[in-house]
Amino acid sequence: MSRDDLIQSTERGLYCPAGGFYIDPWEPVDSCIITHAHGDHARPGSSRYLTAQRGLALLRTRLGPEFVIDSIQYGRAVKIGDVTVSLHPSGHILGAAQVRIEYKGEVWVVSGDYKVEPDKTCDEFELIPCHTFVTESTFGLPIFRWRPSSEIFDEINRWWFANKEQGKCSIIFGYSLGKAQRILAGVDHTIGPIYSHGSVQRLTEQYREAGVALPATQHVGALPKGTKFDSALIIAPPSVQNSVWTRQFGAASTAYASGWMRIRGTRRRKSVDKGFTLSDHADWQALNSVIKGTGAQRVLVTHGYTAEMVNWLTACGISATALSTHFEGELGELQPSEEVSD
Amino acid sequence: MKAFTDLYIALDETTKTNEKIEAITAYFRQVPSKDAAWAVFFLTGRKPKQLIQAPKLAAWASDEAGVPYWMFDNCYDAVGDLAETMALLLPHNNLESERSLSAWVEDTLLPLRTVPEQEQKRIMVAAWNEMNEWQRFIWNKLITGAFRVGVSQRLVIRALELFSGVDSQVIAHRLMGSWQPTPQFFESLVSKDTSESDVSRPYPFFLAYQLDEGPEQLGLIDEWQIEWKWDGIRAQVVRRAGEVFIWTRGEELVTHRYPEIVEAAMLLPDGTVLDGEILPWKEADVMPFAQLQLRIGRKEVTKKLLAEVPVILMCYDLLESEGKDGRELPLAKRREMLTNLLMGIANVPRSDSGFAQLTIAGGVPSCQRVSSQLRISPTVQAATWNDLRQQRERSRSLNVEGLMLKRLASPYRVGRQRGDWWKWKVNPHTMDAVLIYAQPGSGKRASLYTDYTFGVWDDGKLVPIAKAYSGLTDEEIRKVDEFVRQNTVDKFGPVRVVKPSLVFELAFEGIQRSSRHKSGIAVRFPRMHRWRTDKPPEEADTLQSVSALLQ
Repeated sequence: MSRDDLIQSTERGLYCPAGGFYIDPWEPVDSCIITHAHGDHARPGSSRYLTAQRGLALLRTRLGPEFVIDSIQYGRAVKIGDVTVSLHPSGHILGAAQVRIEYKGEVWVVSGDYKVEPDKTCDEFELIPCHTFVTESTFGLPIFRWRPSSEIFDEINRWWFANKEQGKCSIIFGYSLGKAQRILAGVDHTIGPIYSHGSVQRLTEQYREAGVALPATQHVGALPKGTKFDSALIIAPPSVQNSVWTRQFGAASTAYASGWMRIRGTRRRKSVDKGFTLSDHADWQALNSVIKGTGAQRVLVTHGYTAEMVNWLTACGISATALSTHFEGELGELQPSEEVSD
Repeated sequence: MKAFTDLYIALDETTKTNEKIEAITAYFRQVPSKDAAWAVFFLTGRKPKQLIQAPKLAAWASDEAGVPYWMFDNCYDAVGDLAETMALLLPHNNLESERSLSAWVEDTLLPLRTVPEQEQKRIMVAAWNEMNEWQRFIWNKLITGAFRVGVSQRLVIRALELFSGVDSQVIAHRLMGSWQPTPQFFESLVSKDTSESDVSRPYPFFLAYQLDEGPEQLGLIDEWQIEWKWDGIRAQVVRRAGEVFIWTRGEELVTHRYPEIVEAAMLLPDGTVLDGEILPWKEADVMPFAQLQLRIGRKEVTKKLLAEVPVILMCYDLLESEGKDGRELPLAKRREMLTNLLMGIANVPRSDSGFAQLTIAGGVPSCQRVSSQLRISPTVQAATWNDLRQQRERSRSLNVEGLMLKRLASPYRVGRQRGDWWKWKVNPHTMDAVLIYAQPGSGKRASLYTDYTFGVWDDGKLVPIAKAYSGLTDEEIRKVDEFVRQNTVDKFGPVRVVKPSLVFELAFEGIQRSSRHKSGIAVRFPRMHRWRTDKPPEEADTLQSVSALLQ
């Protein structure tokens, strides 16, 4: 990155000097734009936040009521400092946005996390032409190839149904913001009752308030004593997988929904009966087509298999550089922390 | 291939033994014998000789996937398995092959070895094009010879028993030794006809359980035959049809490595099978196990080696006599027959043969030396358990691991079973644990993976139980380092997670409960006592068996 760049990589995160704001900073700053409400992107402590209107309620829940959060509609341009900023759907989760920044005719887009496949629980990814594209690369290896989510939901339904036939409860683990609601929207809710963990339930309510149609769910903690679970689907965050919480359901089959389930080793390490490859990130094919589709002359790669992606793009004749982020572990590391979406 | 793929997926998706057995049984019911034979072959961990070198396969898969080789390597680093990396990278395909497992193996896989490289590539690509992702994965596994699915031989035997109604002991016996996966083999494997034909076939080994509490629980000492627990290689010597075969308990045929035992065994009458321990032995004493490793590792058995590390078979048991399976006879009877037999061949004209008295330190005349290379494991005489406990204290000075307690009335059973045979090892405690993480050492070991974390089984999973850094020779360290690099499945900073396949015997001084350790147990001064190349990871200790050492 050069000093003249519209966006700089700093100690606190991506910074736009001409606009005087940060994007998804990991330390408190004066002014920032938040791409989406996942914990590794939305951190408390800053003075002013700006986010997409569709994600406002979620961000408020995440940060707490004491913070000043402004919001704008997708696609509406606002002037911040000397730059023009607009937010566009990234298709990752409800309210997730790409940040488009224009200054003297030069356009940068910071993708945040994104996926291209349509998802009933959020607005569809919008391809924004730009000169410089800052892309994520969580699944930036050609082994990551997603099957259509409809096929994955069929698999989940079959698994749930088979468990029900055997009188077993079905517990599926997935990130409580985004993944859980996507599962809810995708499964066949006529198979049986759906119960959710408290953290999932709270966020699901917010999705409903935002107008996302989701089947009825009940909070496990609010169920009457003696509730039977043998035909139920339980949606819970991965953090409770090995806790006593999961023992209340009796005989159960467990599953994990994540892009990492594509790899057998990760699947086995999670020690669940079933792994469903369901990701809220772009797969290899989608990363490549989006990068090419933006027409960007320069690509900055962050979050994930950055080195591999940079080498690949360079070999394809695209000018690419790695952008270090705070959250990157060892390259090739396959163990996303609970706070990182998958 | 479809049925076999479904079986693989079913096995992959459960950690429950019963569900695994059920899936295998259902498979046998579903497929013809020629497929079942190959399934048994692969599921019991057998593999065809290397067909194609890994780098070639990787290159062909890269070409098909349209990715550069460096990208393939990056993907491999993320996946940690060659067969899987190839399957994940190959272009998507909705086709599913309907050809049977046996057809794929016999008509496509085995002939690969004999065709030129270009043809190999053509065949591989054509095969991939007929298969979906799972089938490709399994196919690749068969080709790379790394077919593993968390199924033990015991599970396969249990499924065969359920399928056929033939007793599992009979099936276990039929699976011993060398066989070809033909339909005839599978039919004889599950046949109710009990006449056996293979002259080389050993019997399944009877294995002792560790005695975790005192021996008093075993009742009267008079009912037990007590021997030293020798530290060598457990083996069966099969003398049939004019030949001698030596099998280790890992079912490896090692006849050629121990010519002195073969020579002595040739003097046994036809139709004899001995169970015993191969020990390095010089003059009147057993040598340390490390010496025996020289014999194990060497392909060529030179005169020099034979002179430096002579071996004997310390005979424990007589399993077959005059061509008859004697395993159902009580131990006392078998021991009597063993003694008579070995005394009988002792009169061979050898300079050092004869009937000298062998006394174990402490002065109890316990055994007669019958032949230099075939000796009877001396019994230990003790009037009371307490007396025995004291004698056990001498184990280390005798270079033995402790005591073996065998019920005099017991038959020779199959596998590890509780009740009749106990090993009562002397301190230090030991456990067989599986290498799960490795980290580079420091100083002169800086670039080598020398710091290891070991796990034991707990409910189908390996939990870390100890870290150990010492006890291996430089040569062994080099081998483990190479293994770590080639079998990394994950990385956390400098720590590599490796495929659980290497088993080490760890020795340690003390054991106590600890809330700071994931296993709930802390061991004192753990070190690598021995690399158990003869042990598959499934046979490593369990958290339960280790916890039993807590007093």
